[in-house]
Amino acid sequence: MNTTVHLFADFVCALLTAFQAIAADDVKQPSAAVLEAQSQRIAVIEKALPAVLAVFPPTGRGGGSGVVISPDGYALTNFHVVLPCGKAMKCGMADGKVYDAVLVGIDPTGDVALIKLFGRDDFPFVELADSDKLCVGDWVFAAGNPFLLAADLQPTVTFGLVSGVHRYQYPSGTLLEYADCIQTDAAINPGNSGGPLFNMSGQVVGINGRGSFEKRGRVHVGAAYAISSNQIKNFLGALRGGRIVDHATLGAIVASDEQGRPVIDEILEDSDAYRRGLREGDEIVAFGGRPITSANGFKNALGIFPKGWRVPLSFRRDGRRYDILVRLAGVHGEEELLEKAGTIKREEKQPMPLPEPPDQPNPTPPENPQKKPPFNLRPARIEPPLPEIVAKHYQEKRGFANYYFNVQEQRRVWQAWQAQGKPLPAERAWLLAGERAEGGPFSLRIDDAGVALKLTSAEFNWTPGDEFALNLQPPHSGGLLTALYLWRRLAKEGLERFGDVYYFGAAPLAEQPGLMDVLIGSYKGVDCRFYFEPQEGRLLALEFFADPEADPCEVYFSDYRQLDGYWMPARMEVRYGNDVFAVLNFNTWRTEPEAAPPANSHP
Amino acid sequence: MTAEKSFQRRTFFPASLIAGGLFNYGLALLMLFLCVSPAVAGLSETIEQVQPKMVKIYGAGGFRGLESYQSGFLISPDGHVLTAFTHVLDTEYLTVVLADGRRFDAKMLGADPRLEVAVLKIEAEQLPYFDLREAVSLQPGARVLAFSNLFGVAFGDEPVSVQKGTVAVAANLAARRGVFESPYRGPVYVLDVTTNNPGAAGGALVTFSGQLAGMLGKELRNSLNHTWLNYALPIAELRQSVEDICAGRFVAERDPSAAKPSRHVELGALGIILVPDVLERTPPYVDQVLPDSPAARAGLRADDLILLCNDRLVQSCKMLAAELEFIGAEEPLKLTVQRGQDLLEFSLHTPKDAL
Repeated sequence: MNTTVHLFADFVCALLTAFQAIAADDVKQPSAAVLEAQSQRIAVIEKALPAVLAVFPPTGRGGGSGVVISPDGYALTNFHVVLPCGKAMKCGMADGKVYDAVLVGIDPTGDVALIKLFGRDDFPFVELADSDKLCVGDWVFAAGNPFLLAADLQPTVTFGLVSGVHRYQYPSGTLLEYADCIQTDAAINPGNSGGPLFNMSGQVVGINGRGSFEKRGRVHVGAAYAISSNQIKNFLGALRGGRIVDHATLGAIVASDEQGRPVIDEILEDSDAYRRGLREGDEIVAFGGRPITSANGFKNALGIFPKGWRVPLSFRRDGRRYDILVRLAGVHGEEELLEKAGTIKREEKQPMPLPEPPDQPNPTPPENPQKKPPFNLRPARIEPPLPEIVAKHYQEKRGFANYYFNVQEQRRVWQAWQAQGKPLPAERAWLLAGERAEGGPFSLRIDDAGVALKLTSAEFNWTPGDEFALNLQPPHSGGLLTALYLWRRLAKEGLERFGDVYYFGAAPLAEQPGLMDVLIGSYKGVDCRFYFEPQEGRLLALEFFADPEADPCEVYFSDYRQLDGYWMPARMEVRYGNDVFAVLNFNTWRTEPEAAPPANSHP
Repeated sequence: MTAEKSFQRRTFFPASLIAGGLFNYGLALLMLFLCVSPAVAGLSETIEQVQPKMVKIYGAGGFRGLESYQSGFLISPDGHVLTAFTHVLDTEYLTVVLADGRRFDAKMLGADPRLEVAVLKIEAEQLPYFDLREAVSLQPGARVLAFSNLFGVAFGDEPVSVQKGTVAVAANLAARRGVFESPYRGPVYVLDVTTNNPGAAGGALVTFSGQLAGMLGKELRNSLNHTWLNYALPIAELRQSVEDICAGRFVAERDPSAAKPSRHVELGALGIILVPDVLERTPPYVDQVLPDSPAARAGLRADDLILLCNDRLVQSCKMLAAELEFIGAEEPLKLTVQRGQDLLEFSLHTPKDAL
């Protein structure tokens, strides 16, 4: 009893001292400021939490977290969270309601998934921050569903600081590489996976997905990793297109030399980087707009890009700096990616014992400590039937997570083109003429029967045979006439009849700011990429690949002018490989006056 | 900004407390922190100031769950690095990587096994550093930043990780004797954040304004409940040892041209038989103690690990043998050995009949 009294006396003393200190003249003002800062923080958290999700598989076993990023219900989570869910998931929100959601797109390597919720058109949402502005020491908070605690669907908030930025975490197994991620000491535990990491403005700077777990069991030990919002932005277009997106490779191995400089150790001769002039021994100095000082720094810079993007690279050789644009290949082969994306799915079908409840503390360390994502793979033993709303928004197609959404994006791009950047009517032949930049007139005729280019000194003709990959005209253009034929063909036949068209996602285009919407059309064994400006819907470029392993013919359209409600470019630049093939300035665009014979030349 | 400034003012111990003779300042301070808490603006300035002083250390390990990396920080402008004395340093091939990515071969200047601290040296000049004489002491409730390369997350010129926390208590590690496997029994700062992870040993504990306060110790697991301790050794406890090491005590190397006695001490004459020297660096474990020998009478036992020989660090049987050559047969031999978690000292005299 004595002890109690003594402790109580101490406590009172301490309390008095504390109040005495607070009452000191210089204290009133600061505590008000501090309280103000605290209430600001509470306000930010209150504003952010309604967008946070608890994600559950339809079976109700296991789960993770997520965050809504648009009022129509698009939400981000981890690939490893949606894997056990399959096509459909249930999402709990802070409003206490559970919403149906469908899988949209996945980035299995980067451990990101996009889903879409149904039931409202005014979902509370948060915006993605510019994660490159984040500094070590900035305060952040994580929200989600650690240990699946949220029986009432209220998200759990943990607070911490940014411990590191631009971190590289090796792939866990064969996938789930965390490049250029954010490291935080905010508590991230199993169940937090897929949930947002917020800055103190309530914007999402990352998606939490991984922690360093070794000998202490699968609980937070002070080092957790979030996929940066800037990386996610690079993939978001492709994810909205319902794709299974691959990460990128340069086609070269970058290693540190004796001085620790990042140099090309090996390079594939069929890589785009090789064709642009990169060779063994060259020192990388910048990539993707970021200075590179180490091999690790290069891995980080590369890890944020999807396959198929063209990214600026600067290298140094013999004291001279070279700036090039390189087209990035995929990390995985097509089959390999599909297989990897589905690997755990197949294992899941094996009977597996149910793991221990996740909220039981495990005092004995695991025997084989491994770095793993913080989640429990729980088998979906019986897949319940898809909810009607989900079934309506799901379409299976090989190579896609959900083809339904690809069709939606194709239509969006097409409609924007037709509404704001509609080219000449393509029922009849297009007749274009003007001056070459290097002097001399030219004229072009594009119709179903072929393409003809007339210069003062020469004439080139191309007719569509069975093999578009052969007969590239004019020589050294990479197949300009075929490219122009495919341009008109897309305008004429549309998405359904062009051939095989899909929405690739958003990608940068040479010197253009921002990202373009990209459609890829396949026809007669060749691919053509169409780059549309997303705001105005205009076609800014197309790339015709006669051979997927070789340089395409690049056609850039600019200086758009309106003509009787149609939009056509006044300038066209043609590039092939490292050279500009031609610059054509148009002064005439028209369709052939009389009705052309019915288009019976195409199958 | 206002909030940050006034917060820092508040971290000073109010004079009225001392005047009032109140001793329970820890609790009072804690309450103050609860009242005027975490609205500190960005810590970027502090972090930018500390990061250049941090180093990454690579050495032995890399198998059976033993990491081959740890942390450290510069304590002199010409390349003295303070770190924890662990298995990582048990190699001749030590690498120190500075915050700017420069790599150096490092040598271990010396180590004090009692505190498990070591000082490394690299050949460099004009480096940013922590002056140990300017280190501060912390009270419970003090908010701190821990800098370390935990889990080896950072490579090359990448900055080490930063964590924030609070000193929960300053207490003696010996408070629960036998619970933690460490020969150190003195005061530590116990932290409320998971700082002492693989690779974090040797990291720096600093205040929010960047003043050095402690060094993160090696991982310690409670043998009773398997929880892990998060703690730092106060710099005040380490300073003397560091000065000793820099002054030549506890050092590993000595000048081979130094004068040797005509007849040097021999372990056999003291009754000590070491384990067979089969490795490049065989740890000098006592294999056998002869009955009725000086060693037996002093209390030395088989399986004792010899760490210091006349306060010089001996990390292998070879180093021990070399060191003995400098000690005269008639001189007393002081051996510091590790037995379990205890460090024991023995003073041995060669018997007259063996001289």
